[in-house]
Order: sequence, then C-alpha cells, then structure tokens
Amino acid sequence: MYDAGKIIAGLAIFLILMLSPFLYNRGDAGLQPNPVKPVAEGPEGVKECVKDTQYMRTSHMVLINEWRDEVLREGKREQVPAGGKMYEKSLMMGCLACHTDKKKFCDECHTYASVTPYCWDCHITRDQIKELEKL
Amino acid sequence: MDIKRRQFLKIAGLSSIAGIGAPAALQMLFKGEFPNSALASSAPSGHAAPAAAPTGKQYGMVIDHRKFVADPGLAQKCIDACHSIHNVPNFPSRKDEIKWIWETPYENAFTSLPNQYASEEVEKSRFLVLCNHCADPPCVRVCPTKATYKNKDGIVLMDFHRCIGCRFCMAACPFGSRSFNWQDPRPFIKKYNPDFPTRMRGVVEKCNFCAERIAKDKEPACVEVCGGNKAIVFGDLNDGHSEIRMILKENFTVQRKPELGTLPSVFYII
Repeated sequence: MYDAGKIIAGLAIFLILMLSPFLYNRGDAGLQPNPVKPVAEGPEGVKECVKDTQYMRTSHMVLINEWRDEVLREGKREQVPAGGKMYEKSLMMGCLACHTDKKKFCDECHTYASVTPYCWDCHITRDQIKELEKL
Repeated sequence: MDIKRRQFLKIAGLSSIAGIGAPAALQMLFKGEFPNSALASSAPSGHAAPAAAPTGKQYGMVIDHRKFVADPGLAQKCIDACHSIHNVPNFPSRKDEIKWIWETPYENAFTSLPNQYASEEVEKSRFLVLCNHCADPPCVRVCPTKATYKNKDGIVLMDFHRCIGCRFCMAACPFGSRSFNWQDPRPFIKKYNPDFPTRMRGVVEKCNFCAERIAKDKEPACVEVCGGNKAIVFGDLNDGHSEIRMILKENFTVQRKPELGTLPSVFYII
C-alpha cells in the first residue's frame, strides 16, 4: 500500500471527528421532557386521572380520539369517573380543566418527541386567548 | 342419455321462461315475505320519504317573525349570542363571510313563495335564517368523508376534525347555510370561548342547533336570548305533544323551499 501512514492517520482523525459528539456526551441522557402535573390547580386535591399514568403516557391520543367519536357521532356525552370525581369527555373542558398549562404539560413531551398534533389548530386554551387578546 | 337437438332446445327454452318468471311468481305467492332488494327490483326506494323512520327525535324550530318585527333589535341579539359562543369569525370582506344565523330579505328566504303585492311588513323586514336541519339533508348525502352527518336527535352536525374542505355540502345546501373558512379565522374572532373550538383554514362550518348545549339540557343560545317571549320555540317535531307541535297545530307556518323535499325543520310564522 502506498502512503499507508497518511491514510491510516487520516482515517483515525476522521473517526475521532465523527465520534466526537458521542464521546463528548457519553454517560449523559441529555435533556428530558418533564411534563408538569397539576398541583393546586384544577379540582382541589385531585390525584387521579381517568386512566393510569402509563396508559396516559403512551395512549392518551387514542383515548382522546375515542372520546371525540363517542361524543360527536354517538352522542355519548356522559361524564367519566375517576377518583370519586366526574370528568367531561372533552379536551378543553376535561383534560385541560386540570392540566391547565398546555406549555408545561402538552408541549413539553410533544416538542421533545417532535410531534405536532393538530388539536391546537382549532381548540384554543385560555393562555392562548390571553396572548391573542394582547395583540 | 341420448338427447336430440329438438328436445334440447325445448328444455332450454322452457327453463329460461321459468327462470325469468319465477321471481314474479314467488312475489305473488308470498306477498311481502321477501324484501324488495332480494328480487333485484330496479326501482330505487322512494326518495320522498326521509331515510330513517321517525323513531328518534327531530329537533326543529318555529320562528315567530311577528315578534322580530315588534322588537327590531332582537334578531341581532340572537346572532351575537350564537356567534360569540361558537367563536364565529367576523371577516371584513363579505365574500369571506361566515354565518351561522343571519338576516335576509323575504325574496331570498322564501324564493318559492313570491308575492306580487306583498305587505309592507314582509317587503321591508328581514328574516332570521339558519341551518334548517332538514329531515332529508342533501349536504349529508354528498359529504365524501362523512364529516357532516345527522345525529340521533335529528340535528345535522359537523365533525370539523374530518372536514377536508371540498365544499360539496355548500353546493348541495339549497339554503346557503354553510360557510367556508378561506383564511385562518382566529384573528377575526372578537371574543373567544375556550369551551368551544375555533375552526382552521379550509373547513366548512354552520349552525349546529347548539348540540353541545342540548346535551346539557339547555336550549339553543338564540332561543335562550329571546327570553320567555316565544319568538323562537325549539322542540322535538317527532313528539306529537311537544310545545312546538302545538304551535304548529295552532298557526299557519311556512318552510323555506319546501318543494325541494329536504323537509326543513325550521318553520316561520309570518
């Protein structure tokens, strides 16, 4: 092989450059989403959601879609019980009644996972209204 | 078996006659026991009758125009009440106009009831019009995504999530009850109601008879804002003992474009 020294040295430099981000961040999981659960806000002292945390983490979108179809198509608008309380089958009047802060609750994970659900094209939060009314 | 050509033709001819005649013979023998469709009848089922038997509810309205003439500000109150709770935008240009409930002159509202010498009241006043929530709605028939549909209460509803903005329903509706969002409506909403969604660009919208209020046993907003003066009476048209049916029994009422056979559920006392 001609110029073996140069080639091997070049390869080594290339490898180190390519791996440098991984080496730099080793042992660090990076920024993680930290959705904020409601504390004092919402119905007082509520600790329980309509489904368990794990289900809500992975499948809340399924539940929301089911609610939408039941409410709109089948007219099944009866409230959903959880922890002795009744909740409206509604994004704004249900979910967002307790989880009032969309930025800290919804967007936290959605931004991290790079998903842009189109809920907010139409549904509008109280914070968004405040911002729009400022304009 | 040995069969001659002549015999074969006889058998074939007889069996084909039997084959053609059998359904008619069966229908005569067992009248009504077979559904029509099973006998490949080519006549489509009657269009005049509404698709569903009137087992469920069919909400409707009687608008007493005399009371709107007596109180000229009342119609605007109804419009404001409806448009504010449903986040209806107010576009400056008329060509972008979004309307759920609005006022229109007699000749536009009742195109099939022309009057050469109409009374001054009819000539000058404007009529409160809204979606007629027809018993046989053409908009529902044409919607390719089933975004608009008839719910169990007979209300013609829209699922904004599913609307693709093809505007077939706008072409089908003979009452002009549907409006299209040509641009993002949010900046044009005067006062927001967070409990009801806004719409996005490219979606059709219309009156929903306040389905979200009816679900909570409230009357539609336009009815409520009229107070107890019965300018608008709301109720179930399929219930023979409802207040609305009593009013229809006692008064001469007209519907908009009844000749189209859509069976509008909004009646007017003029």
